[in-house]
Amino acid sequence: MGFDQYHEPPEELSAETRTFARICASLEEESQAIGWYQQRISVEADPDARAIMEDAQGEEFKHFAMNLEFLLRRTPRWRAICEGVLFKDGDIVEHGEAAEAASEDGGDGGGDEAGGDDASLGIGGMKGAGQ
Amino acid sequence: MNHLLRGLAPVSEAGWQLLDDEARERLQGPLAARRMVDFSGPHGWEHSAINLGRTEKLPPPNGKGVTALRRRVLPLAELRAGFTISRAELADNDRGAVDADLAALDEAARQIAVAENVAVFHGWKKAGITGITEASPFKPEKLGKTAETYPRCVARAVESIRQAGVEGPYGLALGPDEYTRVIETAEHGGYPLFDHLAKILGGPIVWAPGVKGAVVLSLRGGDFLFESGQDLAIGYASHDAANVELYLEESFSFVVATPEAAAPLSS
Repeated sequence: MGFDQYHEPPEELSAETRTFARICASLEEESQAIGWYQQRISVEADPDARAIMEDAQGEEFKHFAMNLEFLLRRTPRWRAICEGVLFKDGDIVEHGEAAEAASEDGGDGGGDEAGGDDASLGIGGMKGAGQ
Repeated sequence: MNHLLRGLAPVSEAGWQLLDDEARERLQGPLAARRMVDFSGPHGWEHSAINLGRTEKLPPPNGKGVTALRRRVLPLAELRAGFTISRAELADNDRGAVDADLAALDEAARQIAVAENVAVFHGWKKAGITGITEASPFKPEKLGKTAETYPRCVARAVESIRQAGVEGPYGLALGPDEYTRVIETAEHGGYPLFDHLAKILGGPIVWAPGVKGAVVLSLRGGDFLFESGQDLAIGYASHDAANVELYLEESFSFVVATPEAAAPLSS
């Protein structure tokens, strides 16, 4: 059994960090499997075999999603950044930069950005705004 | 998930978008105080007090030889206005309906905006907040029942503040009745009273539900501080098969740094 998901001596890590690292390793493996299935599907000529692989790849999508959700629930800043990037139309890099900046300002729960991850309506100050 | 517990509500992403957009639209009109005073934050739900930079004497813990002081802070207060939304209405919104019944949210938005205005302009003793009109050293001048006297009253109020060494621009927060009178009135020659008052002030005239009479105040900055912890947000309380119970909530406090930067006008 390998322990190479740990980058630091496991005995120095807390149980929570070891679990976190295991799920990170699972996430990597699911992602890798998704990529492998994608390659196999693209070259497989037999439609029955391709259907099985597509079904298997769907399983990996589910596993990836479950692992990711587990990690995001335990990592508020990661979650905040993902909320700013995932399932949105538009420029991915722009969303990423904005989400990262917002998390730096308010991701520790300080919430210094109106409309940050505190889910406020973002009204803030209106001095100087017209009525 | 944060303290608003939105993730537990049976509300779709489209439903939250509908509710947040409606609340934002309904709040921005009546939130008059925020148009007139400095705003700091939001500093987050965990933020609990404004540092006043002041102290009060305490008896030392062991008698003689030392002196003791306690720092003074102004705790933030929380306002919450609950409302009920029909799950059927939210489901219809998800189907594409454009006429969802959000009257309860609209009323909650009005109530919490009025409460915020009252706290800032007239004070909230139980929360330790001294309002702008309470702090002002100027005796309120009576506006009267007709709008003809308003320019003279406002000009005098501006002059009082200026004489106290507080520069403009100046703004005018008007209670709903007074605001209606102003926008309805044209002076001799048809010149709108609103424009005349704006020239005297050099700053905005704001509809301020919750304000009794009117308040003239300087907008130069540094005189009035609204400190926000959690800015206005919608949270989740509970639900059953038919309805979802939500609320609008904020935490804040307010400090007047320059009492002579405002002059009240009574109705």
